[in-house]
Amino acid sequence: MTGDRLTTGTSTGTGTGGPRKADATGSGAGLDARLVVERGSFRLDVTLTAAPGDVVALLGPNGAGKTTALRALAGLVPLSGGHLRLDGKRLDRTPPEARPVGVVFQDYLLFPHLSVLDNVAFGPRCHGVRKAEARAQAAVWLERMGLAAHAAAKPRNLSGGQAQRVALARALATHPRLLLLDEPLAALDARTRLDVRAQLRRHLAGFEAVAVLVTHDPLDAMVLADHLVVIENGRIVQQGSPAHVARHPRTDYIAQLVGLNLYRGRADGHTVRVQDGPSITTSEDLAGDVFVVFPPGAVTLHRERPHSSSARNVWRCEVAGLETHGDQIRADLTGDLPLVADLTTVAAAELDLHPGAVVWATVKAAQTHAYRA
Amino acid sequence: MSRSARSPRRMLRAAGAGAAALLALSACSSSGPDSSPQSSQGSSASSGASGAVSGEVTVFAAASLKESFTTLGKKFEKDHPGAKVTFNFGGSDSLAAGITGGAPADVFASASPKTMKTVTDQGEAAGTPVTFVRNRLEIATLPGNPDHLSSLKDLTKSGLKVVLCAQTVPCGAAAQQALDAGGVRVTPVSYEQDVKSALNKVVLKEADAALVYRTDVQAAGGTVEGVDFPESAKAVNEYPIVRLKHAKNAAAADAFIALVRSAEGQKVLGEAGFLTP
Amino acid sequence: MTPPGEAGTARRPHTGRPRRRTRGGAPLPLLLPALIGLVFLVLPLVALLVRAPWRSMPGLLTSSEVWQALRLSVVCATAATAVSLVLGVPLAWLLARTEFPGRRLVRALVTLPLVLPPVVGGVALLMALGRNGVAGRWLDSWFGITLPFTTTGVVLAEAFVALPFLVITVEGTLRAADPRYEEAATTLGASRFTAFRRVTLPLVAPGIAAGAVLAWARALGEFGATITFAGNFPGRTQTMPLAVYLALQNDPEAAIALSLVLLAVSVAVLAGLRDRWMGAS
Repeated sequence: MTGDRLTTGTSTGTGTGGPRKADATGSGAGLDARLVVERGSFRLDVTLTAAPGDVVALLGPNGAGKTTALRALAGLVPLSGGHLRLDGKRLDRTPPEARPVGVVFQDYLLFPHLSVLDNVAFGPRCHGVRKAEARAQAAVWLERMGLAAHAAAKPRNLSGGQAQRVALARALATHPRLLLLDEPLAALDARTRLDVRAQLRRHLAGFEAVAVLVTHDPLDAMVLADHLVVIENGRIVQQGSPAHVARHPRTDYIAQLVGLNLYRGRADGHTVRVQDGPSITTSEDLAGDVFVVFPPGAVTLHRERPHSSSARNVWRCEVAGLETHGDQIRADLTGDLPLVADLTTVAAAELDLHPGAVVWATVKAAQTHAYRA
Repeated sequence: MSRSARSPRRMLRAAGAGAAALLALSACSSSGPDSSPQSSQGSSASSGASGAVSGEVTVFAAASLKESFTTLGKKFEKDHPGAKVTFNFGGSDSLAAGITGGAPADVFASASPKTMKTVTDQGEAAGTPVTFVRNRLEIATLPGNPDHLSSLKDLTKSGLKVVLCAQTVPCGAAAQQALDAGGVRVTPVSYEQDVKSALNKVVLKEADAALVYRTDVQAAGGTVEGVDFPESAKAVNEYPIVRLKHAKNAAAADAFIALVRSAEGQKVLGEAGFLTP
Repeated sequence: MTPPGEAGTARRPHTGRPRRRTRGGAPLPLLLPALIGLVFLVLPLVALLVRAPWRSMPGLLTSSEVWQALRLSVVCATAATAVSLVLGVPLAWLLARTEFPGRRLVRALVTLPLVLPPVVGGVALLMALGRNGVAGRWLDSWFGITLPFTTTGVVLAEAFVALPFLVITVEGTLRAADPRYEEAATTLGASRFTAFRRVTLPLVAPGIAAGAVLAWARALGEFGATITFAGNFPGRTQTMPLAVYLALQNDPEAAIALSLVLLAVSVAVLAGLRDRWMGAS
């Protein structure tokens, strides 16, 4: 999407994202953290709370600070401020090796000189378990991951999916109270990803403590997490259940991720006046600052200005660009209201769309969705 | 003593032709070895100290001669306006190797008759070499002689750290000769690779005593104290000097040799600790 | 000898090891200097072999003095390598993995013995650890330890010269190794030292081996610092290079023969170690 549809700096975005399961203020089980990390001009300041059993996904563009947040949770980056409590215990000053935290790194970082079994046994060994016992525990984990046959293998002989599972087993073998996953699926090819995602979902569902995963892939976040925290420029811009965030994006970045046209404006009844733009007629009856979204597929394009259209929203646009999007054509439009529209290849041919062509876009009010900003 | 260095030598005495080139590596020794019975009288060094001397003269001289020869060189240039002396100081062995290898030199002053012999054997000398100074050993010890050393025998005191030169280098051979003459057996802590290394061990106070040349003690100034001993007379080494056959400036070469052998030259050398022949 | 870089390549998972060799025509601008370089290195060794007094070799090899010097050389070089490992690997780790003020200066100081003429190094050691040295006088008066003219002195002199080779090689390897493996280890409960011992050390083992071999070879051939600091006494401080040098003074053939013995031993040891430690690459 192009254009600056959101002209505000966006709110700090506590959003309307449903009530959290965790009791942030209590000293009970789970994660309660405010992570402040300052590094040069970059400042990360996010608050995270989660109950045992929760899977939290940190979603955001590159450089937003997701990985820094993860490293701060693991103790690999010191906090400049804030606090970190896990199951009621303060961990702010605890070194990484003393935190009950397990990490699955982006490229897994399996120790290349150790066998798969000894990789998994490494954590228990460090926690004082004797060698034979640690190996026995590791074997159980590998069994559980369906990797018993690869126990003696060296990591370099594993496939990407297998390595990912070994990394998970290695992290879980220390019985962490907080499991951190950094882009757990990023290193995998598209096919493997599908399988591994499903397996990971199963394992996370069975995990009894808090899991926090970092991803830039909305699908991973939606499938794996039950709570979504969107970070941009070191701050949380929105959080909530995946379904809620997907339906109610509050920033361009999120709207783009979930594939919606997003506008911010002032509502007066069924009419929303977009800042520095036209009005949009909506089905909801609201007043005050609102967001309006509609999917690209809800847009209909015409070469001539439609007269007898039932649609109340008609805007004059110019084609800025075209690209194939699955089996459809996605048109990037500028004009009164910048938007993207999806149409069939046939329709695109009939309309003789090309960059610079003038078209009229219509959207039915029923296909828009407005909600309070 | 130092059998390890001596035995292979004995076994492999068949010295080869490539020796000269390798000898060039063995620099460092600043003084000559034991005296060999090659007596030499003043012969060809005719009186050339007339006014006909000018131009450049190149003198290859043992490193131990550096201070005194430099002084004499200045005097030479003053006496003979238009003449210029260029010195090349170094280990006698490497200088000899250079000369036999064709290095351009007019005069060779060696610290040992043995190295001089390698030059004369190759037919590089014009005439017979002449001994112009002698050098003898002294005990170098710490300033003030804290161990009260007065004879070779004192070097056998227990706990005394003595360094000698390795027997493969001239000062080591001379030391062995002196010790043999005195019937003294000394177990040193080290056989040093050359006389300066031996001296330095005393200068740095790592060793209590070393057998080195008188001139070395002299050159060390006050950092060591020299102790003379009678047996040193049995281990005197001679410094021969000669004009070379391929000398480009024979007149100046002869004039320089004459200066070295003159009373004035001998005085300068005597001040550096050398004994006149 | 393995160049430090080769052993230092970081091992990443899944990258495999695409060992690509140029087949056939190497370009002339590379080939020609390479060959000249090879000849330049090998020719002097060949010359030694050609001029060697082969007939007197057997007698030399049975000489107990030669064996004494050879044994001392190997023992001292090995001890110096051990000292270098014990002190050098932690030093390399410090330089590669930590930030502290003046780190550049420290690194420059570490490499100083590389450019220092070894004889000067020996003199410096005397001034530091000699009987009258800055630290040596305390060793002497408190513990009655004097280092010059002792076998320990030989080991120290050799270690002084060899240590920088080890530190530089290992530091290079550590820098090339991914520090995140250490992080991964700490998140699994390993202390920083455990992480170093159980993860980093095995990962950089090839680099450490290469550094140790370099250090050993350097120590074996050490002459200047050794003779200056430890002197020259058969059986105690006279290593092979010292014996070679002194033989050179008046019997070059003996020197050649001794050099060949030293050469043969070092080649045998280095070739053997290379196969065992460095996986014969």
